[in-house]
Amino acid sequence: MSIAEGPVAGAGALEERLRAHRAAGRKLLIPYVMAGTSDDWTDVVQAVAAAGADAVEVGIPFSDPMIDGPVIQRAATVALARATTPASVLSALSKLDAGVPLIVMTYYNIIFHAGLERAAGMLADAGVAGAILPDVPLDEVGPWADAADTAGIATVLLAAPTTGDDRMRAICARARGFVYGVGLMGVTGERQDLAASAGVIARRLKAITEVPVLVGIGVSTPAQAVQVAGVADGAVVGSALVRRLLAGGGPDGAAAFVAELRGALDAPGSPAAVSGGRTGGDAAGPPRRSGGG
Amino acid sequence: MSPSMMERPEGLGRFGRFGGRYVPESLVPACAELEAAFVEAWADEAFRARYAAVLRDYGGRPTPVTECTRLSERLGVRLFLKREDLAHTGSHKLNNVVGQALLTQRMGKSRLVAETGAGQHGVATATAAALFGLRCTVYMGEVDARRQELNVFRMRLLGAEVRTVSSGSRTLKDAVNEAFRDWVASVADTHYCLGSVMGPHPYPWMVRELQRVVGEEARSQCHEILGKDPDVVVACVGGGSNAAGTFAGFVDTPARLVGVEAAGGAAASYGSDGVLHGMRSMLLQDEEGQINEAHSISAGLDYPGIGPEHAYLGSIGRVAYTSASDDEVLDAFALLASTEGIIPALEPSHALAWLVRAADSGEVARGATVLLTLSGRGDKDVAQVMELRG
Repeated sequence: MSIAEGPVAGAGALEERLRAHRAAGRKLLIPYVMAGTSDDWTDVVQAVAAAGADAVEVGIPFSDPMIDGPVIQRAATVALARATTPASVLSALSKLDAGVPLIVMTYYNIIFHAGLERAAGMLADAGVAGAILPDVPLDEVGPWADAADTAGIATVLLAAPTTGDDRMRAICARARGFVYGVGLMGVTGERQDLAASAGVIARRLKAITEVPVLVGIGVSTPAQAVQVAGVADGAVVGSALVRRLLAGGGPDGAAAFVAELRGALDAPGSPAAVSGGRTGGDAAGPPRRSGGG
Repeated sequence: MSPSMMERPEGLGRFGRFGGRYVPESLVPACAELEAAFVEAWADEAFRARYAAVLRDYGGRPTPVTECTRLSERLGVRLFLKREDLAHTGSHKLNNVVGQALLTQRMGKSRLVAETGAGQHGVATATAAALFGLRCTVYMGEVDARRQELNVFRMRLLGAEVRTVSSGSRTLKDAVNEAFRDWVASVADTHYCLGSVMGPHPYPWMVRELQRVVGEEARSQCHEILGKDPDVVVACVGGGSNAAGTFAGFVDTPARLVGVEAAGGAAASYGSDGVLHGMRSMLLQDEEGQINEAHSISAGLDYPGIGPEHAYLGSIGRVAYTSASDDEVLDAFALLASTEGIIPALEPSHALAWLVRAADSGEVARGATVLLTLSGRGDKDVAQVMELRG
């Protein structure tokens, strides 16, 4: 890649990398892949990294994914039925050199059950740079964030449309790696149109923090990614990619979709490339794709 | 005043190391708003009077305490039942939903979502929604909807929309997941009317306070009948709302407190520390932290966790938690029907099953006075029991 590499290990590796890419004028793209849905899932991680991801979010399946919609629920069910465990995921990740930072996304009980210090150490040993635990809000995150800091794991925190200004400042102050702006009030999943709340949360976060701001949940198409990245530093795309993988898209299908997202974000004249570009109205229709797999 | 005596929990809903508020950021403001509304309402005499009046004039409170003379003779104890089966909608669940529906109005919201297992909480929520003119959606696992189809019809009759849940184990825990998912998307006009002493703060505390009426009535009724507190107080525990309400009335007495879980869902007896559905509590889980599916004859107790205050009361030894098997429960169900002319729900039949065992083994001494909360009536279970025992 042509972008300058940040440090590869140690506290802040994720955030340094994202800041460096942002400083180079690049819009950030973090795709989400559920671990264990197929034998070649690590190839998928590698393929989306090579196709232009700035980091990859890797889901460790949990039996009760409270904030996830049908697509990621199904991926978790498939992965668990394939005997995917936190240990098997981390073992696979430790053998992987994706060339971009890896962020684990799972629910708190998986981490809590392993023990906070032990879990943080296991993530670090597997080469993971950050963790997202969507059911641990700011008020409860202290013990985990301390353990994660010690192990050099970035604690990514979510900020929601319902989050008040003071609380949002406190979230940004505690977040490491990036701040995850929740694009809409709802569970993960694809939406026809980008919610107006996605632009609003991006603007609110950008106004108060230097930490990279990525918006996810309801960001499903290249056009939506471009639209939200017109204000935010980038986008997280989950269900749209996972749906393609569940349909058998494989590493090639995943790479093609991520390349399409990357291409749209990099296109000259795209709203993303024009700082403060249009975010509220309907973007022109999404580029036509020839299916995801 | 210590939180061990079932007062207001500390901080963000802590009962010792249990409780808390582990919810997605999107829901934190709604939980905080609910906490503030409840604190204010619970200190407001007009609200308390309205709540009490609805429970009295509409709900049929106070419910009686009945001495079971024939069954007592058989067991060698003096058994008293707190008759929540006689409350409107057939269980203690109405106490909670009336309080939450009044709070919903106070917060200016117009819709309720709820989860239900056996259907009792769903029916109660649908009832309160009809009474107060609120829209209502109830989530119910596919398995439960099948074994409790009459309650599904009741809810629809009451004007509620019932959505069956086909994810996960298709029982109560999955219905809770779906209710949370609905709430994340609808929180602006919707209140999540959680049915038990579980979930994120303030629910475990709030629901216990709304069920406290069970224990307070029972205590004064025991004093009237016996002139003293009973020796033993026993209730069934799924999430644990009828038990929490009952124990709240007796926790500061010398009475021995016993909570009885379903053998296939005994989180307090066989679970370990974990975080699920917004709370830290005792959960049934595997070695990786995946939540196990509970299995019980009683849909209302098919939950792999327990309310955080129960986890705490168990950890300090104030309440003894134990379990009863499906077979023992069916025997107890039939025993109460044939000796007292009362058909209990399968849930409180767990408490009866324990008492039969404990009286037989001498664990409960001969002549001991026992207050057992009969949390609901068995009409909903008759078809299922007929299939099993014909």
